[in-house]
Amino acid sequence: MIPEIGQFALILAFATALYQFAVPLYGAWRGDQRLMAVAPPAAMLQVCLIALAFGCLTWSYITSDFSVENVFMNSHSDKPLIYKISGVWGNHEGSMVLWVLILAIFGSAVAMFGGNLPPSLKARVIAVQGSISVAFLLFILLTSNPFNRLDPAPIEGRGLNPILQDPALAIHPPMLYAGYVGLSIAFSFAVAALIEGKVDAAWARWVRPWTLAAWMFLTVGIALGSWWAYYELGWGGWWFWDPVENASFMPWLIAAALLHSAIVVEKRNALKVWTILLAILAFSLSLLGTFLVRSGVLTSVHSFAVDPARGVFVLGILCVFIGGALTLYAWRAPVIKSSGLFAPISREGALVVNNLILTASCAAVFIGTLYPLALEAVTGEKISVGPPYFNLTFGPLILPLLLLVPLGPLLSWKRADIWAATQRLWVAAAIAIVFAIAAAAWQSRGPWLAPVGVALGVWIVAGAVYELLSRSNLRKAGAAVAWARIKGMPGATWGMLLAHAGVGVMVIGIVAITAWKQEVVTVLKPGDAMQIGGRIVTFTGESPVTGPNYSAERGNFRITASSGATADVWSEKRVFKPSNQPTTEVGIQPYLDGDVYVVIGDRAGDTGRTVRAYFHPLVWMIWLGAALMFMGGLASIADRRYRVGAPKKSSAAAVQPAE
Amino acid sequence: MALSRKRKRGALIVGGLGILGVAAGLVLYALSDTITFFYTPSDVVEKNVEPGTRMRLGGLVADGSVIRGQGEEVGFTVTDTDREIKVSYIGILPDLFREGQGVIAEGVLEPGGNFKADTVLAKHDENYMPREVADALKAKGVWKDGQPVPQGGAVQ
Repeated sequence: MIPEIGQFALILAFATALYQFAVPLYGAWRGDQRLMAVAPPAAMLQVCLIALAFGCLTWSYITSDFSVENVFMNSHSDKPLIYKISGVWGNHEGSMVLWVLILAIFGSAVAMFGGNLPPSLKARVIAVQGSISVAFLLFILLTSNPFNRLDPAPIEGRGLNPILQDPALAIHPPMLYAGYVGLSIAFSFAVAALIEGKVDAAWARWVRPWTLAAWMFLTVGIALGSWWAYYELGWGGWWFWDPVENASFMPWLIAAALLHSAIVVEKRNALKVWTILLAILAFSLSLLGTFLVRSGVLTSVHSFAVDPARGVFVLGILCVFIGGALTLYAWRAPVIKSSGLFAPISREGALVVNNLILTASCAAVFIGTLYPLALEAVTGEKISVGPPYFNLTFGPLILPLLLLVPLGPLLSWKRADIWAATQRLWVAAAIAIVFAIAAAAWQSRGPWLAPVGVALGVWIVAGAVYELLSRSNLRKAGAAVAWARIKGMPGATWGMLLAHAGVGVMVIGIVAITAWKQEVVTVLKPGDAMQIGGRIVTFTGESPVTGPNYSAERGNFRITASSGATADVWSEKRVFKPSNQPTTEVGIQPYLDGDVYVVIGDRAGDTGRTVRAYFHPLVWMIWLGAALMFMGGLASIADRRYRVGAPKKSSAAAVQPAE
Repeated sequence: MALSRKRKRGALIVGGLGILGVAAGLVLYALSDTITFFYTPSDVVEKNVEPGTRMRLGGLVADGSVIRGQGEEVGFTVTDTDREIKVSYIGILPDLFREGQGVIAEGVLEPGGNFKADTVLAKHDENYMPREVADALKAKGVWKDGQPVPQGGAVQ
């Protein structure tokens, strides 16, 4: 009964979405207030219906109702409750329901909080949002129904892929999806603005927080995925330039560009047409990501069994939305006028450079991700484009941007003196050089470029700290005034400083782990020891372990630091019950200078084990950097200026008829 | 003012084209230099792949071919049921590595015709067949979509 209610709710949601798409759009075109006014209630109804369907599916998982095919395929009654719930989105059908649920939540948020938007813009935004729902609900109903029944019902389910039974991976997909789908709001605003033929500061004040929210979710989603790959896959890597990773990284890059260009639209009334293009591109790349992950056209370490028919359907959705939006863009963009003028050397100019570099590096990632697909279609040859390609293209492209991060915020709007700004940063430069020397002394091995990379990261962090101190005017005004100024700093400024510092911290972590990683593979018998990262790792023996739905062989290790302090870690080879699928759990001991990372391998001889150990210097800085970027987004989004709505001038303009 | 506006726009366009040019150059250079080709054991013979070439070797792990437990090095044979190539690898094999299952090894072909792998690719899903391997096997008529992996590799 419950699954049928869910199924029915999905169908009703589809009908509601169709209504939400067509009626307000027509109403806005005719200027009919009553027809436009149906948009918000339709969006609210749609979100309730999809939430009901999602709830029904979750209920079927919690109660282990194996008469539902989806539950049978992906769940097992022995599983801990949290993985029964995360099993809902640990598979294709359920994850698509989550996708449309998040889409509908974002749409209803515009309906609820969009009171200060011009009525026609609001109606159009919600209508475009509805059109995306139409496409994806149809996709679910026609190709990926999560509520299909099995008769007779099996007694036991087949279990969730054990590698997905992990806390980080339980929340990674919802975060990533919230990011992907959050960009749909920017897309809907862009398309609505193109139809209206008008972009103003009020528009930018709406687009920026939504893009920020989506970007924050993407940041967390990508970071969680990376962290999971780091400790779960057992290869000691945190980023593989894998197609599925790139699929989430590309929208992140464009969203980051969009965040910066929306500032120019809001403050300076310039770059409007470009900003609209970015908003369209950002969501297009989200759709592309969905397609790449869901269609299985790319070989990836993350790919799951897939059905090609679904890929064709998503490809169709992709073509309609991207093609449609870009056609509309080509037709309507010339109507939109920018008035703000600026010199090349100015805050605006710096933000343009930021945008150019971010989009160019995204293009490089795009080509590297899709080139194997294109080559195979044309010549039939199978190739893989791996990390060397991305290091050679993305690295040099992003480098100048990193160098310029501290400089941009020091430039003034319209026209700036670049030498004055550079001179103000000499302290940051000096600190960076000191750290480079310290890094070279700390790690004498490794490439000569590594200390330079560390200096680059320190330069960015020091630049952010300098900016904070200079804004507080600490040197001249004294501590009390400085403190008052820091407290009174707008959220957006805090956000900028935190996020930029996060970039710097992450650069240091990436450079350190790339340049100074240590790896040892050796055979150890109980009692044997090896040395790594300045510490001694002793294999103290094996013990059998039984978990709730697996059994394991556990290797115990003792790590002795040079100070004599010891820490015990273990690494397990687990075999999960329903499927006999093996997984490996690694043992990680974090230290301030990096992680000692131990993986137990196959038996070697009578009592020996192959053991792989790594030392990952400063790897925590990668996660800290991502956390700082997230906090920066949070501070920026909390800026009260986004809540008070549009400035007076624009709301007066909005009263004028749109057509 | 009009002239200056044009010049300002000109500076932006030149800057933009400059960055795009650098990006395009890097991409072209990297694509010519860093990509790795995927070959099956038969391809290696038919296409006369030169020793020392970095490549991905794909196929099935031949039954009974895995040699473990002699120090850090592991040996196995990759077959496409026509031809086979011996692979050596130092490290820990992925959890889902099994005899009779599909595998992709990345590394270098040695002069003697053996393959020295530095990466052996794992998949998240036990029923999943690496796509290149699946295509290659389908082309040979050994395997079809939806079938269990040949030689009884599929579980459940």
